[in-house]
Amino acid sequence: MTDSKYFTTTKKGEIFELKAELNSDKKEKKKEAVKKVIASMTVGKDVSALFPDVVNCMQTDNLELKKLVYLYLMNYAKSQPDMAIMAVNTFVKDCEDPNPLIRALAVRTMGCIRVDKITEYLCEPLRKCLKDEDPYVRKTAAVCVAKLHDINAQLVEDQGFLDTLKDLISDSNPMVVANAVAALSEIAESHPNSNLLDLNPQSINKLLTALNECTEWGQIFILDCLANYAPRDDRESQSICERVTPRLSHANSAVVLSAVKVLMKFMEMLPKDLDYYGTLLKKLAPPLVTLLSAEPELQYVALRNINLIVQKRPEILKHEMKVFFVKYNDPIYVKLEKLDIMIRLASQANIAQVLAELKEYATEVDVDFVRKAVRAIGRCAIKVEQSAERCVSTLLDLIQTKVNYVVQEAIVVIKDIFRKYPNKYESVIATLCENLDSLDEPEARAAMIWIVGEYAERIDNADELLESFLEGFHDESTQVQLQLLTAIVKLFLKKPTETQELVQQVLSLATQDSDNPDLRDRGYIYWRLLSTDPVAAKEVVLAEKPLISEETDLIEPTLLEELICHIGTLASVYHKPPSAFVEGSRGVMHKRLPARTGSGESTESPDVGTIAGGSGTETAPSIIPSQGDLLGDLLNLDLAPPTTTGPPPPTSGMQMGGMDLLGGGLDSLLGGDIGGSAAMGAGFGAVPAVMPASLNAPMGGGLGDLFDLGGGVGMPLGAYIPPKTVWLPAMKAKGLEISGTFARRAGVIQMELTLTNKAMSVMTDFAIQFNRNSFGLAPAGPLQVLSPLSPNQTIEVSLPLSTVGPVMKMEPLNNLQVAVKNNIDVFYFSCQYPISMLFVEDGKMERQVFLATWKDIPNENESQFQIKDCHLNSDAASNKLQASNIFTIAKRTVEGQDMLYMSIKLSNGIWVLAELRVQTGNPNYTDLEISVKCRAPEVSQCVFQCCEAVLKN
Amino acid sequence: MIGGLFIYNHKGEVLISRVYRDDIGRHAVDAFRVNVIHARQQVRSPVTNIARTSFFHVKRSNIWLAAVTKQNVNAAMVFEFLYKMCDVMAAYFGKISEENIKNNFVLIYELLDEILDFGYPQNSETGALKTFITQQGIKGQHQTKEEQSQITSQVTGQIGWRREGIKYRRNELFLDVLESVNLLMSPQGQVLSAHVSGRVVMKSYLSGMPECKFGMNDKIVIDKAGKGGVTDDVAKSTTGKQSIAIDDCTFNQCVRLSKFDSERSISFIPPDGEYELMRYRTTKDIILPFRVIPLVREVGRTKLEVKVVIKSNFKPSLLAQKIEVRIPTPLNTSGVQVICMKGKAKYKASENAIVWKIKRMAGMKESQISAEIELLPTNDKKKWARPPISMNFEVPFAPSGLKVRYLKVFESKLNYSDHDVIKWVRYIGRSGIYETRC
Repeated sequence: MTDSKYFTTTKKGEIFELKAELNSDKKEKKKEAVKKVIASMTVGKDVSALFPDVVNCMQTDNLELKKLVYLYLMNYAKSQPDMAIMAVNTFVKDCEDPNPLIRALAVRTMGCIRVDKITEYLCEPLRKCLKDEDPYVRKTAAVCVAKLHDINAQLVEDQGFLDTLKDLISDSNPMVVANAVAALSEIAESHPNSNLLDLNPQSINKLLTALNECTEWGQIFILDCLANYAPRDDRESQSICERVTPRLSHANSAVVLSAVKVLMKFMEMLPKDLDYYGTLLKKLAPPLVTLLSAEPELQYVALRNINLIVQKRPEILKHEMKVFFVKYNDPIYVKLEKLDIMIRLASQANIAQVLAELKEYATEVDVDFVRKAVRAIGRCAIKVEQSAERCVSTLLDLIQTKVNYVVQEAIVVIKDIFRKYPNKYESVIATLCENLDSLDEPEARAAMIWIVGEYAERIDNADELLESFLEGFHDESTQVQLQLLTAIVKLFLKKPTETQELVQQVLSLATQDSDNPDLRDRGYIYWRLLSTDPVAAKEVVLAEKPLISEETDLIEPTLLEELICHIGTLASVYHKPPSAFVEGSRGVMHKRLPARTGSGESTESPDVGTIAGGSGTETAPSIIPSQGDLLGDLLNLDLAPPTTTGPPPPTSGMQMGGMDLLGGGLDSLLGGDIGGSAAMGAGFGAVPAVMPASLNAPMGGGLGDLFDLGGGVGMPLGAYIPPKTVWLPAMKAKGLEISGTFARRAGVIQMELTLTNKAMSVMTDFAIQFNRNSFGLAPAGPLQVLSPLSPNQTIEVSLPLSTVGPVMKMEPLNNLQVAVKNNIDVFYFSCQYPISMLFVEDGKMERQVFLATWKDIPNENESQFQIKDCHLNSDAASNKLQASNIFTIAKRTVEGQDMLYMSIKLSNGIWVLAELRVQTGNPNYTDLEISVKCRAPEVSQCVFQCCEAVLKN
Repeated sequence: MIGGLFIYNHKGEVLISRVYRDDIGRHAVDAFRVNVIHARQQVRSPVTNIARTSFFHVKRSNIWLAAVTKQNVNAAMVFEFLYKMCDVMAAYFGKISEENIKNNFVLIYELLDEILDFGYPQNSETGALKTFITQQGIKGQHQTKEEQSQITSQVTGQIGWRREGIKYRRNELFLDVLESVNLLMSPQGQVLSAHVSGRVVMKSYLSGMPECKFGMNDKIVIDKAGKGGVTDDVAKSTTGKQSIAIDDCTFNQCVRLSKFDSERSISFIPPDGEYELMRYRTTKDIILPFRVIPLVREVGRTKLEVKVVIKSNFKPSLLAQKIEVRIPTPLNTSGVQVICMKGKAKYKASENAIVWKIKRMAGMKESQISAEIELLPTNDKKKWARPPISMNFEVPFAPSGLKVRYLKVFESKLNYSDHDVIKWVRYIGRSGIYETRC
């Protein structure tokens, strides 16, 4: 029997013929006709016109025919809902069939028909099937609940199917358990706050037992579900780990990876000095290596995950370098990933081998791979100091090959090596200069220009070299232009006598003939610097540069933590949080690693981390002045004396104001900006702006913190974080939508932003700047948007903030005006931060001091507030507040009231004292009263608002 | 979970399309064709994200299988499922080709309905599937109630891979230890990386529900036994060779993993017929069956002289077979002269390589080929990348040194014992990626 003939009937009048055949009396002919219909459906033809005729064939004893009709129904029922009703009877009848296979088939198919009327009829059969005596029917019915929930969630809840589904977790048949777990996990994803899965030690034990018995797929469902559980303490954590480890020997790579996920997550809770911790680490390496002998597609998934694991726990694979050596026949996607991991694992112990390999790769065919290999050699040099010399000589060898892209890539990395090891390898500059003409890529040109500028005093003909670039100045890309500008200024400061003309030329090119505001701004700044105070200019432009860091391309720690919780999934393949590629709310909850705890202590429930996904509270920026006003504000602030004219947009202001602006305004503009603005800061430090942003990282003083953060994130994260709100709607910002929130993590204030590009074009060159504000908040580093934001893409950025910026009182107090720049324009918005972010960790006052201070502050500074409908007892309240650095100093009970005395210290040193009264006697009386006393009474209102938000969440 | 599954031919025409989730529309079928199959540049990742929809694909000969989703699915599971899907299809109708898929599209839809429910993979063991998804379609009426419940309990049961009531007149089993030895050697003869990935494939024709126990010369087991002091000699005498260190192993789902984890014993109830019992990987003390010594000399700009010596490194009594050495040549090769001591050598211009084939070669022997390669002068600046010399062969032993110590069969209900089972063991070592840089 060859069925391929069904694919080849394409003549006209086909539908009509099929109709006739479907209504034929002969069974065989009918079946043939249905097959033809399905074949047409597959290749995309519309055969919905045959609906009644096909449905007529449903009443049949022939199971094969029945399945075909069902397949048709699933595809077209939605387009013909009224007709679909015709099928209901057969379904209901089939659900009663003595043959379990037919019962299951009916319930399985019914769930796939997304027609409301059919779903109504589905409930009764489904209820029966969930309790069917045959496990095959039950396991099918379990999945059907998830299907029904997808169509009509309310119906599922009303009908009590969720409870039945929960019961199935204790089913005697492992496959039923597995499907029930899968269905519940999926349903739970769309109800982030429900306690659907209700994981507790008893249910976990059941799951672990079922794990040993069910199919490979069932094991994956169960392991993925286990990963969401938060063990109570390290002992429970260890016992789960012990029962999960045998899965590492499963032949199915997905089982192995899901087991790795559970182990990586629960390991967080084990004390590091525990013997078992070491054993577990050792057990993880072999299965990870074995994944590399799977098929290439799986290798790719495994490598993307190993990349994360190596960043989180480098010790696991540190001895396994060799398995990541690239094989000649590996697909390119495997090669590139292996290379990435090789660099991460490179250390002094294995550097010789690694370098030999990299050199080999640099002669391969694939351009991307070769480039990456060359770049990797540079990374090795930066990472392992002992190897730097060998790396440089390898790079020089490669430059000798004269292969264009190899040369360019080598020059880019040599620039980084110069930065890392100043005054060591400059002897190679001559060789580099020989290749000046062959450079045609902006990055390489910019790198070369940086080198010439930086070492202008050693290169005799530096002026000639730079001048040669100047001829086509306007054809160059921005990064080359910026670099050329800086390089020539450097040259001028080093050899002022012979290069005066050159510097004039470049300054006028940059300021007068360019449309690029960055370039113009930088040009003006240099110009002004050079004309007012050449000595200061020298200090600024030729300042000593901070060393660049060893590790690059590291994933930001909070993201890494989240990705570790998603091992094996798409998120771990894309290295993006699910929210970046999943639509709607499903599965977008942020996951966090559990905190390490001592035995017996209770841990933070991981739910705390997911609060952000919960229902929105009203912290919407209520007081956003119109765009125009805001602009005026920002300008007024920065320009002294305040201009009285209407607020022009800042860029055009520059042009208009000309020298005047430079004279008066820029000084103060600069004063406020140094160290604040990333874009400008980069210019001042004379760091080449072409460096990848990650390399720029150590620039801003506060940025070191960003990396230190890694250590802090494992700590309990209990502080209240308001949900993200939209600060800047896309309509007002040419397609850029910004929403965000503020958080305090391990003592660092972070502004967490979600940038979404809703425009049609790619956005790049992001930078952020704050207006002066009440508490001197300022970005502690540049806005880390590493890659261009393509249309419809969303990224999450967290920006560490410092509190050392310029101060000006705002109304309301916690108002913050922000300017965000990208390649399209500058946008302004204002938002309000919860003042709790400024509460510092050492805000616990001594009791005595508290008493004295309380008395000391005049009574008129005391404000009273009420928090309505807050069902908390005093301990719970105290715990909640403590998590946000509001410390309870003492507690006493008077007349059925609990009085809590609390202290808060703000980042600017202001102390706030508070008294919280909780009614304990009367359960109906749920209002809390709070009195706030502070020497600066303005903050009271804010503090109260924040207490309310914390307590109510 | 998986939202849909599509199968395309090499032209991008849809052969099978099954949508499981509402969020996957018909346009997804076209999106994959346009962006991946018809893409101008070769696609550089097996996972592609197009307009917030993720596509996972694998290729079998010129057939594309793609799974589609809009959720954050378990990526490893999706690929495992696609491979499994290929296995199941192959078990039903052989090679995965356009012809076969078109001929069996009804069957494939039936399978897809069974093994993927709402995008969740279900039991996909061919043994179980074949009991109720047959090419004829089951005749529900003709089955007795017992038969039906037997099917469902097997599909959902703990031992989903074996059905009850299997009977053989002769209880027989075949064990194949299949190893592929991988090597990357520097031109100077230094081993850069070497590992063996091995598989133990079993064909079992056993009656009833036999309980099996498999033993090999695993270092951990032998050392443990050795400490006991009793079985040390036994172990030595049975294995003949020393024990081997296994880096890692994975097992078929029939093996009780928790038992392996605690006692390192491999016990299981085997599926009927052929299946892969375990996979393993070793890196220590590997017997490299061949050594390749290359010598490439560039004589001027238009000539290359290549000399390659291969040495066999195993017992003289054993014979290696199907030996093939592949010496890559530059793209601008105009002509090649080859002289070899043994076998046949040919320059294959289409593959840019000299292929030297030897039918058989005994252990501890040596053979040599020399070639003169004429080159067309080019002004291409890029140097020739000198791909490594690769080798293929087959040897009748396990390069890892693995030995099967025992395979015991217990069936308590039927009246046959371990002694009645006829057992066959065979070792085959093949080349995996066996390369020497030159």
